[in-house]
Amino acid sequence: MNCIVIDDEETSRAIVLFLAENNPEIKILDSFHNATSAIKYLNDNSVDLIFLNIHMPMFTGFDFIKTIKNPPKIILTSLDKAFALDAFEYKCIIDYLVKPITQERFDKSVEKALSVHREDVVVNDNQIPDESIDDLYVSIDRRLVKIDIPTIYLIEAKGDYIMLKTSNKNYMVHSTLKKIEDKLPNDFFLRVHRSYVINTKRIIDIEDSSVLVDKDVVPVSRSYRKELLERLNLL
Amino acid sequence: MKETPNLSYITKLSNGNKVFEKNLLAIIKKELPLEIGAYESFVNEGDFEETAEYVHKINHKFKILGLDKGHKIAEAYRLNLLEKNFLLKLDFEKILAILLLYIKTV
Repeated sequence: MNCIVIDDEETSRAIVLFLAENNPEIKILDSFHNATSAIKYLNDNSVDLIFLNIHMPMFTGFDFIKTIKNPPKIILTSLDKAFALDAFEYKCIIDYLVKPITQERFDKSVEKALSVHREDVVVNDNQIPDESIDDLYVSIDRRLVKIDIPTIYLIEAKGDYIMLKTSNKNYMVHSTLKKIEDKLPNDFFLRVHRSYVINTKRIIDIEDSSVLVDKDVVPVSRSYRKELLERLNLL
Repeated sequence: MKETPNLSYITKLSNGNKVFEKNLLAIIKKELPLEIGAYESFVNEGDFEETAEYVHKINHKFKILGLDKGHKIAEAYRLNLLEKNFLLKLDFEKILAILLLYIKTV
């Protein structure tokens, strides 16, 4: 599982990083001293699990959870037990570690996270029944990399390249939006802007001139707005 | 009986990894004085809320360095601060002084 750590105390971050090093099931991708920099990171990267300190100045762990759409699994860390009951009001929170954290308690918590993660993977696999949807192969560093099309939620033009964003990873590919549009099933991929194609199945909400797809806010041009609205099952 | 700081937690956590022990102590030696500095500034400004924030941060070091009774005093002091009074300030600062002396020796 790919993880990040958010804690304003360097001592706490160092302890979690050390505990994680001793657990082969997880990989810490990065650590952050405040929630704001973690949110920026999550705009471009996908993680499976966050070790999140509750008690941080300005922006608490709970503020962080309320801010991000589709939060990954979260293990809360705190010096006191006072927030334990509040914690379990959030579906994404799977455990609560009281500091100072021991290796035994940490490993138990990770095991719990893994078990939830495995269940999610099984559920997600079962949710892709459409046999007609193929994989897409893209050329990256002289290798052909297979991408599962339904996992793509956003494609962004970046000069001579396109950024393919999927649930797990982002891919920078030398191509154009036009070329990739031709390769994707157009029943759920739609151009919404000169520089963006979105997976309409992954829309979370729509505002006047933007759409939230997974965790990215994407601008919608006036010329593409009508077609986008026509695709929706509006009440 | 007066409580003394110790490395029990760090030693158990490290499981013999001396490099980690050294690194963690170096971080604590760097971070604790900064937190104490911030704590003192907020005390002088009479900012109860921010003072409580820093008592909370420092309190984690109390726990890491085995000051369980100190931890309870710090937590009670923090709650007093949130009630806008400085009760237990002296008790907290006495423990803080002991801890500062201790980290210079390890």
